[in-house]
Amino acid sequence: MRRAFLRRLLGAALTVLGVLAINYFLFRVMPGDPVAMLVRNPKMTAEALARTRASLGLDRPWHEQFRSYLAGLARADLGSSFIFKRPVLAVIGERLLPTLLLTLVAEALAIAGGMLVGIVSAWKRGTKADVLGLGFTLLAYSMPTFWLGILLVALFAGRLGLFPVSGMLSPGLAFAPLAQRLGDVLTHLALPSITLALVLMGEYALIMRNAMIEVLTEDYIVTARAKGLSERGILRRHALPNAMIPMTTLIAMSLGFAITGALQVETVFSWPGLGRLMYEALKGRDYPLLQGIFLVTSVCVVGANFAADILYRYIDPRVRD
Amino acid sequence: MGRDEPGTGAFALFRRSRLGMAGLGLVLAFAATALVGPALAPYEPLDFGTAAEVLRPPSREHLLGTDDMGRDVAAALVAGSRTSLLVGLSATLISMALGSAVGIAAGWRGGLADSILMRLTDVFLVLPWMPLMLVLAALLGSSLWNIVLVIGLTGWAGTARLVRAQVLAIKERQFIERARATGASGARIVLRHLLPNVFPLIFANTILVTAVSVLSETTLSFLGMGDSTRPSWGMMLHFAFESGAATSGALWFVLPPGLCVLGLVLGFTLMGYAFDEILNPKLRRRG
Repeated sequence: MRRAFLRRLLGAALTVLGVLAINYFLFRVMPGDPVAMLVRNPKMTAEALARTRASLGLDRPWHEQFRSYLAGLARADLGSSFIFKRPVLAVIGERLLPTLLLTLVAEALAIAGGMLVGIVSAWKRGTKADVLGLGFTLLAYSMPTFWLGILLVALFAGRLGLFPVSGMLSPGLAFAPLAQRLGDVLTHLALPSITLALVLMGEYALIMRNAMIEVLTEDYIVTARAKGLSERGILRRHALPNAMIPMTTLIAMSLGFAITGALQVETVFSWPGLGRLMYEALKGRDYPLLQGIFLVTSVCVVGANFAADILYRYIDPRVRD
Repeated sequence: MGRDEPGTGAFALFRRSRLGMAGLGLVLAFAATALVGPALAPYEPLDFGTAAEVLRPPSREHLLGTDDMGRDVAAALVAGSRTSLLVGLSATLISMALGSAVGIAAGWRGGLADSILMRLTDVFLVLPWMPLMLVLAALLGSSLWNIVLVIGLTGWAGTARLVRAQVLAIKERQFIERARATGASGARIVLRHLLPNVFPLIFANTILVTAVSVLSETTLSFLGMGDSTRPSWGMMLHFAFESGAATSGALWFVLPPGLCVLGLVLGFTLMGYAFDEILNPKLRRRG
């Protein structure tokens, strides 16, 4: 157990190092070299260019540059944002909480909904309910997330006027009592989180269905049935706990997918999180900010995968060594 | 290929799958539109209309109405099918070539090469790929071929894992031993014996990767990272969103491009799903 843990930790650390290397080379070696952007300025003399290169350390060999980049990271220095004129980490920090709130609520809804659809589909395999579940799954999988968001806005916020169109808090409520602000945030959260949940749900439903079908053919289910256990009892006591095992890994593995969805949903709903920030950074070609967001999201995903791996070993005794 | 190879008879089985055939029909319809549609459309997709022609609802002159700059929506839709298919298929080709090369190299060589290549694959598997694509597109500049490159370079990891597993399974089979015993070179064994046997299982994967590539292109274009000289469904939705057409009720501008994306991606997904059920014995219906 301990050795496996250390091996996984080493693996995660190597992956983070890989992310850092990719991040570094993307921004220094590719056309985004900060000096390459200055070259377009005709007033820059060759001498001034060389001086800029030296001041940025770009004339030193790459491994030295990489080392100083890592040293900067160790001091939590991600550079300064072009558009906000503030440290990248501070800008990202402000946007982390809204993204976490949106993603967690959407994940919770998606897991609950996906499990329900998956269990019913597997239990009623081959019936109309199963076909309906599969149809929903395939549709959710094939639909662009941002388009679903636009449609929901047009219908529920535009036409029916049930929910606010965008943002996280109505203007003028910044100093309102806590309960009122909380309620306001919830009405703003409803549409974005439902959009994201619907898109995530498809895959969860499919995996839950397949896992349940596999579990339901196991010998211990036949035994439980022979013992005279009720169908409901079999489902709750025997089938569900075992079918949950592949679900836990999937939830962690699909975090990259969730982030991709959150990015689109936040853009459509002007939700003030990391996704919306990334959209703003892209529009303003704010390279340091882009680099920072990419780094932070990658490290979050690697961390979540590592946690899921450990949790998996804890839940399923069969994979313990 | 011998008679007992997993690919044999797959197409006969596929023809019996109603979902799969429906998917094939959808894809072929879009392919036909992409091939002959632009020649038939009466409007140029990028020609701006006069001020009076901006955001007009569907009429006899403009079957699906016009967009926020007076361009014909139907003409843009038809041109968009060409962009989506071109980008989707080309990016998939890159992903498949890269994924197969890495998977075969790792599985065939084993040892240190395998460890290094699989570590790299894992990095690409867990990376949040949409931010990575956006960052790459922003740095490279968003011409059509750069978008193809960006999608292709980020989408190969799943294929590499799949191919490696298949190579490991086939490597130990007898006909490889026999080929080795006759003195065939490593390259010859890989090309003549290994590759044809790996192919059927990555076939379903290829179709599913195409679905993802089409979705990625649409999302990149929607976020403003597409090639602005080529009309695409994602770009139409970008303008629909930025101009506020969606909330102002100009649904003819919002629904058709999204439905096209949905149709094409669903087509590929249904086909991939059907092939997966045929080629992957684990998913075959038991009893």
